[in-house]
This record gives sequence, structure tokens and C-alpha cells, in this order.
Amino acid sequence: MQKVYSEILQIAGDVIIVEAEGIGYKELAEVKTQTGVSLAQVIRLDGKKVSLQVLAGSRGISTNDKVRFLGKQIQVSCTEDLLGRVFTGAGDPRDNGPELTENMIDIGGPSVNPSKRIVPKNMIRTGIPMIDIFNTLVESQKLPIFSIAGEPYNQLLARIAMQAEVDLIILGGMGLKYDDYLFFRDTLEEHGSLSRSILFVHTASDPTVECLLVPDMCLAVAEKFALEGKRVLCLLTDMTNFSDALKEVAITMEQIPSNRGYPGDLYSQLAARYEKAVDFDGAGSITVLGVTTMPGDDVTHPVPDNTGYITEGQYYLRGGRIEPFGSLSRLKQQVNDKTRSDHRTIMDRMIQLFADYRESLEKRSMGFQMSAWDDKLIKYGETFESRLMDLSVNIPLEEALDLGWKILSDCFEPAETGIKDALIEEYWPKEKVGS
Amino acid sequence: MAAEKQRKGQVTGVNGNMVACEFKDKVVQNEVAYVVVGDETLKGEVIRVKGNIAELQVFEDTAGIRVGDTIEFSDDLLSVELGPGLLGQIFDGLQNPLPQLAEQHGFFLKRGAYLKPLDEEKKWEFTPTVKVGDKLRAGNHVGTVPENMFEHRIFLPFGITGEVEVTDIKAKGSYAIKEVVAKVKDADGVKHDVEMVQVWPVKAPIKAYTEKLKANEPLVTKLRLIDTICPVSVGGTFCTPGPFGAGKTVLQHLLSRHAEVDVVIVAACGERAGEVVEILYEFPELIDPKTGKSLMERTIIICNTSSMPVAARESSVYTAVTLAEYYRQMGLNVLLLADSTSRWAQAMREMSGRLEEIPGEEAFPAYLESRIASFYERAGLVKLRDGGLGSVTIGGAVSPAGGNFEEPVTQATLKVVGGFLGLSQARANARKYPTIEPLESWSKYSSFVDNDKVADALAMLKKSNNVGQMMKVVGEEGTSTDEFIDYLKGEFFDAVYLQQNAFDKADEASSKERQTYVFDLVHSILTQKMHFEEKDAARRFFQELRQKFITWNSSEFETDSFKDIEKELRGKLEAV
Repeated sequence: MQKVYSEILQIAGDVIIVEAEGIGYKELAEVKTQTGVSLAQVIRLDGKKVSLQVLAGSRGISTNDKVRFLGKQIQVSCTEDLLGRVFTGAGDPRDNGPELTENMIDIGGPSVNPSKRIVPKNMIRTGIPMIDIFNTLVESQKLPIFSIAGEPYNQLLARIAMQAEVDLIILGGMGLKYDDYLFFRDTLEEHGSLSRSILFVHTASDPTVECLLVPDMCLAVAEKFALEGKRVLCLLTDMTNFSDALKEVAITMEQIPSNRGYPGDLYSQLAARYEKAVDFDGAGSITVLGVTTMPGDDVTHPVPDNTGYITEGQYYLRGGRIEPFGSLSRLKQQVNDKTRSDHRTIMDRMIQLFADYRESLEKRSMGFQMSAWDDKLIKYGETFESRLMDLSVNIPLEEALDLGWKILSDCFEPAETGIKDALIEEYWPKEKVGS
Repeated sequence: MAAEKQRKGQVTGVNGNMVACEFKDKVVQNEVAYVVVGDETLKGEVIRVKGNIAELQVFEDTAGIRVGDTIEFSDDLLSVELGPGLLGQIFDGLQNPLPQLAEQHGFFLKRGAYLKPLDEEKKWEFTPTVKVGDKLRAGNHVGTVPENMFEHRIFLPFGITGEVEVTDIKAKGSYAIKEVVAKVKDADGVKHDVEMVQVWPVKAPIKAYTEKLKANEPLVTKLRLIDTICPVSVGGTFCTPGPFGAGKTVLQHLLSRHAEVDVVIVAACGERAGEVVEILYEFPELIDPKTGKSLMERTIIICNTSSMPVAARESSVYTAVTLAEYYRQMGLNVLLLADSTSRWAQAMREMSGRLEEIPGEEAFPAYLESRIASFYERAGLVKLRDGGLGSVTIGGAVSPAGGNFEEPVTQATLKVVGGFLGLSQARANARKYPTIEPLESWSKYSSFVDNDKVADALAMLKKSNNVGQMMKVVGEEGTSTDEFIDYLKGEFFDAVYLQQNAFDKADEASSKERQTYVFDLVHSILTQKMHFEEKDAARRFFQELRQKFITWNSSEFETDSFKDIEKELRGKLEAV
């Protein structure tokens, strides 16, 4: 028996209050308005007063509209039929395909028992040298791309999606521009990756509340597939929009804001999503790659700051490149000793020399004397930037390592690199030795 | 314990993890209560009472709770079980053993699933240490059982007041933890049973000792930067604040591995699950050089990671410190590492917001400081009833928002701790490990290295830092050779002594003897008058010296190669 209530006591923001009995916390309801039907979720119970967050927004709701409680929580269908499909944040089809109602699962489920996790051990190859060599992406890692607005972060994400060696890609778009949504869909389609992808997209013009559901939808589906043994890559763009949606709802609910208007539980809210990244003991895995745009390029802004404490490293995207300083993959040590014997050395030495290059640049700009060594460093730095750092470079790890040696040998004598003799012997391009 | 009449209440409101309920008879502040939702019962704690409404913080997801659902009050405060079998275990914040939960419920933490923390079937080899007629007080024990490498003492219940007389004691033999091993009679003639396990409310310190002593014995952590520059005392407190990526967790892992203590308790509070998993897989493999057993056998992990229920974060910190105090009662030195206390403070903030309390700075509750203070005050070196000593040392990681140490949690922590080990992003970027900033950190404890010499070294470091700053403006050509040498000395001190290579077997952990010995040489280098014709010669000299010294660091103490390299080093020094 489903109960229908038709007296709405309060409408503020996207939250309405009705008087009802026997309603469960977080239960789902349907609100029937003159313009259509929208879902709503219970977010507070206070005696008979039930606060509901209306997914489609409160515009056009009248005080005597009908609210019908469904006696269940927000769910999403999870079957193979999802592959290649596009949905809204509320789980409705965004393409012209049929609505899916089979095998419905709850979203925002409980957290994984830490003793059922394993230490990750597989590298995810992306074909991007700045990731593969210097900050290797690891299966089950959670990693955000920190970027300012205007950087090509969605292009980067799309490239990783197409090239990453995983079984399944789930894209969660939050506050995406419509153009960006089309870009993702078309790029995946062109490269034939759409058939192994599932898209949950909330565009900037959709109701705010749906934005909040996107990560949970994506991760609930990801979890289901991972338990079946699939390696899932979940891309979330942009988590700052998600956080702003949280802020909007919290303020509407008259919660006391903690930092720059964001609610006090921002950390827990973000962590609950990112921590879904997991390598199951005896099943598949979920890798989460997110985008966090930094307002004003300020990494101490609450969203990137809290994110940094949660995730296992970060990629800084700056000037169209993945910045070698500040970018960090905390899990790279788990895998980069098993790739090729020169991987760690190339990773360390090339960055150290690059740091010296930056110092030489600074020296030059301050007008200090430049030594012959400074000139070498500047030549090295510039070659590094154009041939390895550029995002358009697309080569497998081994080729990228060889290119690294090539760049080193073009700019330095073997002894100047500070690399162990044994490795020089093995990898230094032969025509250069002794010349 | 089946209460004759269980007190019940009814849910009147739900807001996040706060549940309000109406009650009839009475409620006890901070008592445990259960919300009955369908076939699940969710644990919670009463945190505020207003008229006939009690407000609970629920340690689980509250989805599905309805107005009118039943609340069962338990009469007990939030407690932990103390007894043999705690070591080597992995608990959540409410002392549920996680591996056993996984066995029963699979991959996910099913809400409302609670398990006994200790194995009640297992038999322990009990040896009585008292006889009938003996007079005892709380803090005395009636016998011992072997647990891993320790004599685990079986105590009188800590809550007993005054003197009691032993009326019955079990003979040597093996017993399960729930068996009564002794009976005692107090001054009023009331009899008490003594089991091998007892429960204790987590928010009350265990004070069954004679007195609390001043902590002034250095705790050897084998990290030179800490032991020499900002030492920690046995029974002291310290905090390690730092922005993300500055290496807080790495530092905590190093401490948990190398610190010279008997028991380590790791409280992973609101941080990444992956880091706990690393400990879980690593520690059983690592051998404690002191006991020759695996590190896991002396470790307890309390794990409430960031995606686990928020309210249980607070309890995880208290659970950890209560277990630490328990092992202190046995005359052991316990190190409690809490990572991170900021997450605990945030959990308090979240709850305070839901209670609609008037917020303090950055919306943290006004009682933030007193809560933090009373937590760190549970550390300490104590004199036990038998005259022995035991200690709890607390090290808390702090994760300040934006890496800014001015924020309330860092400031409240700094007021109560004895040591401030501030981690710096700049050092982390420059790959200088440990990333503790030597010039900003401080400690109120004294080091085992000569304090005057340490002051000399720090002065040189400061001077070097100033010259370095100056050179950024005027360039190398704008400094005198003497100043430049000071600069090189400071850099040298940092590179060969303060920094330590965690991937090098010998350098990873530096013993007390080695540190004292090496520091003497470093000190003599720093204070030696040196003269060079030009800066390049000075630079070259220090580069070579540094290279040699680092090789020296990675040779085992007092081996032949150690002595050989030392000779070379001293030879080099005599030449200038």
C-alpha cells in the first residue's frame, strides 16, 4: 500500500516539507506536479514533518500537489544492457533507448571491509608518458586531475578512457556543458569504446540535485561489475560541481557552513565516493579518475584541499601539460619496479634534471651568469617539454623510456646524468657512446 | 546481562546520523542505545537530553529509520572488552574484528553486524599470582597468561574502589576468557567475580595506578631528525601536522616499525583504507629486531577509514587509547599513533552542526579544545601498584585545511602536546625525508644527544638558511666565501644527518648509540674552522664529503666497512 499526501507545508530551494507518517529516512517519493512527475528523497525526519529533496527541482510545485512515497531507496538498474547507454543523474535514459528496470540495486551502499582489500599491483597503461613513466596509474587507485577551468581536462580524460586497458568504463558527468557531453559521447563512439562504456551525465542545465546522484549511480554500477570480476575505470568530471551542489543543498537546509560556505561533512562526502576505489580480494577492481577544477588555481580551496587528503596522489594539469612537480601517484612504487629495470632511474633522474632546468631558467630571468652547464640544462628542459611532456605524445611505456634515453643522450654526456654505470651500459643509445 | 525491564524509546526524528527519540523513564548520558530497523539493530550513543527527548549519534548508516521505530537503551556506556588476545587484531572503531566480519558478511561492512572482539572459546594458560587472603586494589592483578611475547596480566576490575580480599583463586591451568578465575570480597562484604576479560567505558581514563610521573626518558624512534632535534619522551605526546602529500602517513608507518616500544597501536581514523591495507600486508612479514617475532604480534590496528560511518571515528580514537592504557597497566611501553586527529575533530563538527550548537571557529564546536586536551592527557608515564613503570606515548597526525597551521585543530593540539613535528610541503617536493621542518618544529623534551651540541648544529642550520635566502636575491656572487661555507655546512648537515633514506636497510633506522657517535663527528665538522680559496673548491669538498658520508650511513654500525669509511672521512677533514 502506497501512501499519498497532498499537503506541502514548505517549499524552499529544492526542498519541500510534507506531513506524513511511517516514512523511512532516505526513502524515495514521487511528486506529481502540473508539469510532470519528479522523484524526491527524504533528507530529514522531524516528528511528522518530512523534508524531501526534489530531484527535478521545486519550480512549479504547488502546495497541494500529490506526494506518493515509494517505500524504497534510490536504485539503479544494473545489467549488461547498460553498456553503450547514456543516462541522466536520476538514472533515466538520456539517449533514445528504452528505460531499464531489471535487476535494480541500491546506490550509496556500505563501505568495503578493509580486510577484503588487497594491495594493488597492476599498472594501467595510458600511452601518456607523463603518466606511464613519471606517475604511473595503478589499478584501484583514486586520483584526481587538478586543473583550472579552461584546461583540456576532459580531453585528457577521454584519451585515458579510450586507451586504458580496462574492461569497462563508466563516465560520470556533473555539471557538464552540453558540448562537453557530446564531445565525450562522440569521441567514445568514434573510437569504438562506447560499447564498453556506460555514461551517467548531468549537464549544467539539469536540476542540481541530480548532480549529487551521479557519482553514487556510477559507483554502484561499477561495484556490481567489479564484483563479477571486471576491471572498471570510473571517470568523474567535475567533482567541484558535485561539491558545489552539496553546498547548495546544505545551505538550503540551513546547515552551518564550515569553510567558504561548504558543509562540515565535505570531506566525508567526498571520501565516501572516492573510497569506492578498490581492488577486491578475489574479484575485480574499481579505479577512480576524477577532475577537480580549482577555482582561481588555488589548491588550498576546500574542494581540492579535501580531495588531496582523500586521494592517492593527483595530476596537476597546467598549460596543457601534466606538471611534473606536484603531480604524484602514491601507488606508483607498487608497480614501477616490475616494468623495466631502468624505469625508476629514468623517472627520478629526468625529473631531478628537469628541476635543475627550472632553476637555470630562474637564474636566467634574474640576470645571473649562465654557465655551460646551465645551457645544457636549458636545451634538455626544452626538448623534454616538447617531446615528452606534450599531451599529444602517445606512445607505449617502453618507447617512452627509450625516448627518455634519447633525450638524455642528445643533451648530456653519460657521466653528467648521475646514472649508475650498469644502466648506462644497457640503455644509453649506442651511437652516442664515446662520441 | 538480561535486564529485568529493558528501557525503550521511540524515534521522533532523523537528521543524518543523528536520531532523536522520546523516552519515558530515564536515560543515561552517553549510554549505548540501539535503533531497531526491521531486522537490524543499529548501535548509537546518547549525546544530548532535552526534556523527554534524547538525541543519539548512530554509528551506522541511518537510511530506512522511521519515526516511531523502537529504541532500546542498554544502561552501559560505550565500552571495550579488555583481555588476552587483543594483540595482532584489526578492529573497527567499535572494536568489531574486521577479518571475522569479512568471514561472515563478505566484501562489505554490513550495518548492524557486531561481533565479539575476543575469542571466547580460546583457552589461555593461566598462572595465579595471588593466594586466598591477599589484599588487593584496582590495578593489582590476580594472575598472568602468556600472550605473544608478553606476560598478559589478569587484573581486578579497574572499577573496584578500596581494598579487597581474595576469597577464591583458580589453580594454574587453561581457561577461557569468560571463566571466573578469582573471587574477591570488598570492605562492605560484597563479592566480585574476576574474569580474564573486563569491560571498560572508552571515554574514561583507566587510573588504577599509584601516580603519574614526569616524562623525561627519551623514546628512541631511530629517526635522527626526531631523536636529535625534536625528541619525544616515553609517555610524552607529539603531533605531526602537515598538508597532504607531506608524508604524514609515511612518518607514522616508520615510527610504528622502528620506535623502541613494546606495543604499538595504530588508530587509522578517517583516512585512506589503502594505507591500512598496506600495514595489514606488510607487518606480518616484518620482523621486530628486538623480539625476533613479526611486528604484527605487537600491534593492534583500530581502523575506521574515511568511508566508514563518521560517528565511529570519534569512538575509534577512544577505543585505541583505552587499549593503550590497558597494556600500560602491565608495565609495558605503548605507542599510540592516531592518523588523523583532524578527521576526528571533523566528526565532532558534523555532529555539533546537526545538534545545532552555536559554532566556534571554522564551525568547530566550542568544546573542541577541551576534547583534544583530555585525549592527549591520557598519555603518560605511570608508576604501577607493583612499583613498576608503564607508559602511553601518543603521536597524533593533524591534517590542517589548506596546510595552514593557524586552523583550530592544529592550534588546539599545539597547546597540549610536548612536541611539534611540523611537516613541510617544500621538503617533500625536494624529496627530503623525513619531511619534518627542523627550524620550525620544537620539543619540550630533551634528547639523548648532548643538548648544547644540538643547539650549535641548529644555529648553523639557521645561519645556512639565512645565507640561502640571501643568495636567492643577490646570487652566489653576492656572498662572501665564509658565508658560503656556512651555507654549505647547513646543507651538509641536513643532507647527511637530518635526512634519512627509508629504502636503505642500514640508514632506515639509526640506533641510539649510532646517532650519538655520528652526531659527534657531524658536530665537529660543523664547528671546524675551514678555509677555501674559492667557492667552487668549497662546494666540491662538501659534495665529496657528502657522497662519502651517505655511503657511511648505509653501512652497518661498527662493521669493518663502517670503520674504513670513517677513516677516509676523518682523513678528508684533516686535509682542510
